[in-house]
Amino acid sequence: MGVRKLLIFLSTVVYLFWIFWGNWTGAVWFIAFCIIEFFAAFGYLYLRKKYGHKVSWYRAALVLTILPLVLCKFSGPFSVSLFGFLGISYITFRAAQIIIEIYDGVIKELKPVELFAFLLFFPTFESGPIDRSRRFSEDWNKRYTKKEYLDSVGTGIEKILLGLVYKFVLAALLYPALGALEKEYGLLYLVLYAYCYGIYLFFDFAGFSSIAIGIGYLLGIRVPENFNKPFISIDMKDFWNRWHMSLSYWFRDFLFSRFVMTCIKKKWFSSRITVAATAYLVNMSIMGIWHGVKADYILYGVYHGLLLAGTEIFQKKSKLYKKYHKKRGYKICSWFITMNLVMFGFLIFSGHFLEVIEPYYAKNWRI
Amino acid sequence: MKEKILEILEKICEDDIIYSDPDIELFENGIMDSLNFAELLVEIEENLGIFIAPSEVTREDLATPNKIIDIVQSRAEQ
Repeated sequence: MGVRKLLIFLSTVVYLFWIFWGNWTGAVWFIAFCIIEFFAAFGYLYLRKKYGHKVSWYRAALVLTILPLVLCKFSGPFSVSLFGFLGISYITFRAAQIIIEIYDGVIKELKPVELFAFLLFFPTFESGPIDRSRRFSEDWNKRYTKKEYLDSVGTGIEKILLGLVYKFVLAALLYPALGALEKEYGLLYLVLYAYCYGIYLFFDFAGFSSIAIGIGYLLGIRVPENFNKPFISIDMKDFWNRWHMSLSYWFRDFLFSRFVMTCIKKKWFSSRITVAATAYLVNMSIMGIWHGVKADYILYGVYHGLLLAGTEIFQKKSKLYKKYHKKRGYKICSWFITMNLVMFGFLIFSGHFLEVIEPYYAKNWRI
Repeated sequence: MKEKILEILEKICEDDIIYSDPDIELFENGIMDSLNFAELLVEIEENLGIFIAPSEVTREDLATPNKIIDIVQSRAEQ
């Protein structure tokens, strides 16, 4: 095994010891989780080779793979923490991707050490970005020339520095403003809070992602990006190609596309637009729930699902869109509307929206 | 087969630019979106018997009509 592979493996092991030392309950859940995921992956690979495309084995393997996450998320509200360790949400995506691609026939073999390194790669362990196994494998097995590796290290250092500024300077500066704005419930304060929170969230999360990606580059793993100037998004579809990209693309490739393909093959809906709108709604709602079984997150998901469905219908049906969408004036208006919709979404995501309207619906519905 | 692929593409994208400019960037120019992409994969499977999984190829690999033809033809040969 090459030096770089050894370094990746060992640093991940050290990281795991570091985060679980003293947290014995967490460690036990984590080990149980790892056993389940490895068993599901290798077990299903064996069954796939032996029995071919059998859907029932595929479904069983997929259910097993996501079961710990489902138990974790749904036990939360009951104050019981099953499989409660930070990172389970992200690792589950990587494991599920492997099961799905084994079914597709795209993944034909698994190597234990490489699988371990991919699933638990320490920089992206806690909060992603969500890498793909075949892409990771290329970098894991790559023989870097000295120049290539130095380039990678250079890029890594740049990304880490950028991330540090984003997270520990810019986000940190915004945080106290949030605390102050949160107390006032007037409309102007809500708008300011929404914008502040959105920008804060960007710098915090993009900063963290940049550090994680940068550390990956130091180890020769070119982790995919999570953000690409999201605040210049012209419409909602554009936004989801710029915000939390590794998550958005994962859902697109493994949920959205497949749901659409099933709808078309089984002719569930008569029109294309209905297929698209339903697919967006389902896709984003699940994305919302994935964040957590909380009203704020579910509402956030459904909200974005409705926005994307609405965007699809508008773009396909509106004469205004067809006539003007390439014009600069249109793009500026569209950008402005999108920004406000996005910031309102963040107001929901922050929990502040439901907090503010609670007295109104509690009064009417006697909660 | 090339004909069939272009026929499918034209039907899905509803734009005959794919005939006149087979090197046009489909996603960048808004000729094809995520929904069309999924429709394309279904059509290729049902009409040509070639299964390509959504995560198997990148948007880059299918960015232009010519690239799509290349990928599908190379799969057919496997």
